[in-house]
Amino acid sequence: MKRREFLKSAGAAAATAAVSGPSVISSAKAQSRKETMLIVSESGPNNIDIHGVGTNVPGYEVSWNCYDRLISHEMKSVDGKPYYDRDKFKMELAEDMNVGDMSVTFKLKKKATFQDGTPVTAKDVKWSLDRAVSVGGFPTFQMGAGSLTKKEQFVVVDDNTFRVDFARKDRLTIPDLAVIVPCVMNSGLVQKNATEKDPWGLEYTKQNTAGSGAYKVTSWVPGTEVIMERNDAWVGGKLPETKKIIWRIVPSAGNRRALLERGDADISYDLPNKDFVELKSAGKLDIVSTPYSNGIQYIGMNVKIPPFDNPKVRQAVAYAIPYQKIMDAVLFGLAKPMYGAPAGSPTQVAWPQPHGYSIDIAKAKALLSDAGFPNGFETTISFDLGFAGVNEPICVLVQESLAQIGIKATINKIPGANWRTELNKKVLPLYTNVFSGWLDYPEYFFIWCYHGKNSIFNTMSYQSKTMDDLIDGAVTAAANGDKATYEKDVKGMVDTAYADMPRIPLYQPYVNVAMQKNVSGYQYWFHRRLDYRTLVKG
Amino acid sequence: MLATLGKRLITVIPTLIGVIIVTFLLTRALPGDPAAYFAGPAATKEAVEQVRVSLGLDKPLPIQFVRYVNDLVHGNLGNSLSTGRPVVTEIASRLPASAELTLLGLILSMVIAVPLGILAAVKQGSWIDHTCRVVATAGVSLPVFFTGLLLVYVFYYILGWWPAPIGRLDAFSSVPPNITGFYTIDTLLTGNVETFRASLSQLILPAFTLGIFSLAPIARMTRASMLAVLASEFVRTARASGLDNRTVIITYAFRNAMLPVVTTLGMVFSFLLGANVLVEKVFAWPGIGSYAVEALLQSDFAPVQGFVLTMAVMYVALNLLIDILYGVIDPRVRLEG
Repeated sequence: MKRREFLKSAGAAAATAAVSGPSVISSAKAQSRKETMLIVSESGPNNIDIHGVGTNVPGYEVSWNCYDRLISHEMKSVDGKPYYDRDKFKMELAEDMNVGDMSVTFKLKKKATFQDGTPVTAKDVKWSLDRAVSVGGFPTFQMGAGSLTKKEQFVVVDDNTFRVDFARKDRLTIPDLAVIVPCVMNSGLVQKNATEKDPWGLEYTKQNTAGSGAYKVTSWVPGTEVIMERNDAWVGGKLPETKKIIWRIVPSAGNRRALLERGDADISYDLPNKDFVELKSAGKLDIVSTPYSNGIQYIGMNVKIPPFDNPKVRQAVAYAIPYQKIMDAVLFGLAKPMYGAPAGSPTQVAWPQPHGYSIDIAKAKALLSDAGFPNGFETTISFDLGFAGVNEPICVLVQESLAQIGIKATINKIPGANWRTELNKKVLPLYTNVFSGWLDYPEYFFIWCYHGKNSIFNTMSYQSKTMDDLIDGAVTAAANGDKATYEKDVKGMVDTAYADMPRIPLYQPYVNVAMQKNVSGYQYWFHRRLDYRTLVKG
Repeated sequence: MLATLGKRLITVIPTLIGVIIVTFLLTRALPGDPAAYFAGPAATKEAVEQVRVSLGLDKPLPIQFVRYVNDLVHGNLGNSLSTGRPVVTEIASRLPASAELTLLGLILSMVIAVPLGILAAVKQGSWIDHTCRVVATAGVSLPVFFTGLLLVYVFYYILGWWPAPIGRLDAFSSVPPNITGFYTIDTLLTGNVETFRASLSQLILPAFTLGIFSLAPIARMTRASMLAVLASEFVRTARASGLDNRTVIITYAFRNAMLPVVTTLGMVFSFLLGANVLVEKVFAWPGIGSYAVEALLQSDFAPVQGFVLTMAVMYVALNLLIDILYGVIDPRVRLEG
C-alpha cells in the first residue's frame, strides 16, 4: 500500500469512529436508569435454584427474590434500621396460617398465579416441599433442621388449603417454612421439563425461574451478569418500585468501590472492611453495617488432638489471643466484639454473647505450665484462603501472640475448594472459621457446633455429656414452652462452652452494604443477601 | 501446499492425544474434592456421597476417562458445575471476548512497538534507542493488574474519560446479535453505532493494559532482528547503489527482519490469550482465562479440561498459520517446506 493511500484510509476510519451517537437514545437511557437498580458484587450465582446441586450463596439471593414462600417475616427496627423480626410472621403466598397442636394449615391467596399465568394451588406447594425434602444435599438438610423430613408430612386438603403435619413438637418447624428453601414452584411447568433421569426437573430450574415471585430472571450470563425484571402480577406483597435489577459481577474490590463513588453503581455489599470505613467517613454514600444474626468468627481447637485435649491449654490460648488488635487492624472496628465480658457479669439467655477472656500473657503462661507445657509446643494454624482478606491477618496476629507463650504455630493456607473437605476430616489442630445459622435460636447454634452428634460444624470434635443434656433439654423445653427450664439450660450451655473453651469466639462479623444516597428500603435478612422487593431509588 | 498442510496436520494428532491424557490426569490429581465442594457447606457425609455418585466421580479413573473421550468425540466437553452450563457454550461465548481484547491489545502494542524497534535499530545508541529500552523494560516489569488499576484510577475514577470497568458493555447497552462474537464487529455489521462506541470505549483501557505489557518482546525482537539485517551485505549493497534510506529500511531490511517478529507475535498472542486473567479480573471481562481460573479454584474439572484443550488447539492452529505466513514473507521457506 502506498503511503498516501494509507493516510487516506486511516483518515476515513478515524472519521467513522468519531460519529457521535444520537442524543435521543441517551435520554431514554436516563429514564430506564431511574427504574433500574445496578448492583455490583464479587461473585454471582452458579445455579438459580436453591434446590440445585451445589447452589452457591449468590444463587440463594436469586431464589429469594424470584420465588415466594407460604410465609415470611415482618420487619422490626434495630438501631433505627429495618431488621427481620424472628418471632413475627407475615403471609406471602398464604393468606392465612392456622397453627394447631400437631399441624399447621395454610389457606392460599386465591389470586396468586405463577409467572406464566397458571394459578398457584396446594398441589404445587406440596410438590415443591416434597422436592425440598427429596433432592438431598443442602435443601433436604435445611428442611430437616425444622423436623420436616417426610413427604407424608405435606398434605393437600383442597385446591386452596394445605397442611403440614409435625413429625414431633419442634419450635423450629414454622420458622423453617420461612427460610429460602421451601419456595413454591410451578409444578406443572417444571414437570413438563423433567426427564426420567431428572424427575425433579433440576436441570430446568438451574437456568430458569418457575415461581410466583416478585422478579423473574430474564437473562443470566454466569460470571458476568444477572438481569431480573419485575413480575407485575405479584400478590405476595406490595408491588416493588424497581422495575429492573441488573446485577453485574465485578471481581476487583477497588473497581466496585470506584463504581460506587463515581455514582455508576447503586449498591454493593462485599467490599473490604477498610473500604467501608473510608466510605463511611467520606459520607458520600449510605453505609449500613449489621452484625450477622447467630454468626461468630472463632478460633477452633480440635479437642481430640493433644495438647488441645487439655482444657487448660485451650484456656491458655484464649488468654493469648490479641482480641483488640484483631478488631482494630483486621476489621477496622466493623464487627461486634465477643470477648472481654466484665468479670462476674451474669450469663444472658442470648446467643451470641461475649466471653470473659481477654489478652493476659502472664495468665496464659501460668495455665500452660500447669498443663505441663512450660516451654510451649509446636502446632499449625489453618485458614480458608477463600476469605483470606480477613483470615490471613487474624492468623498472623494470633501466631505472633502465641509465640509469646512459647506456642510455635505454622500458618497453613487451605484453598477454598479444599476447606470443607479438610474441616470434614476434623484433623486440623488449630484454625479460624466462621459459622452462622439462618434460624436465630441459641439451641440451633449449639446443636450444630457443640453437640456430641458431631455435625460438620462441630469442627472441634467436642463431646460432652453435660453439654448434650443441656442442649437436648433446651430443645424439649422450647417445644413445650417451658420457659424456666429453657433459660436455665441455655445459660448452662453458654457457661459450659466458655469453661471448656473448645472454640474461642472472636467477634460477630458485620454485613456491610454501601449504597447511593438516593437508594432506600434496604432490609437486613437472616440470609444476609439483598431483598430487591423493598429497594427504592429516587 | 495442501500436501504440506496435510502433513503438518497429521503431526498434530499425537500432540492432542497427549494433551487430552495429561489434562485428564492432572485435573484428577488436583487437591480438593468437588463432591464435598458442591454438596454445600452443611452437607453430611451421605450428602457428599450422593453428590459424588451424581457427578460420576465414584467410578474408577479408566471408566471416567473412557466416558470423557466418548463425550469429546461427540463434541461434548461436559458441564461446568460452577456455572451450570455446557463447557462448549461457555468457551464459545468467552473465547471471542478474550480474542477481541487480546487482538486489540496486540495491535496497539504492534503499532507502538514495531516503529519504535525499527527506529531504535536505525538510530542505535540515540535517545530513541534509550526510550525504546526504558519503555520496554517499564512495560514488562509493571504487573498487568497494577497497570490496569492505575489506568482505571486515572482515566475512570479521577478524569472520568473512559467508562466504568464493568465488562464488555455498560449495564444499559444491549448485547448485539451474535455474528462473530466480536462486539465491535457485530455492532458495525448491524449498523448499531451507539453500541459500537460503547463496546469500543469499554475495550480501550484493558487493551492498553495488555498492550503495554506486550510492548517489550515485540520492540526488543524488532530491534534485534533489524540490527542483524542492517549489518548484512545486501543492505550495504542497496545503500551503495544509492537507494534512498526509506526504501532500504522498509522494503529491504524490514521485510527480511519480519520473520522473527512474526514468530514473537504468535507467541505473545497465544500467551496473552490464556494469561490475561488478571486483566480480565480487573476489568470484569468475561474472558476465557478468568473462567478457567475460577473453575480451577472450585475443583470444577470440565472447564479446566476444556480450556486446556482449546488452548492447545489454538496454539497448534496459530503455529500452522505462522508457518504459512513465513512462506508468504520469505519464499525460501516455502521452497524448503
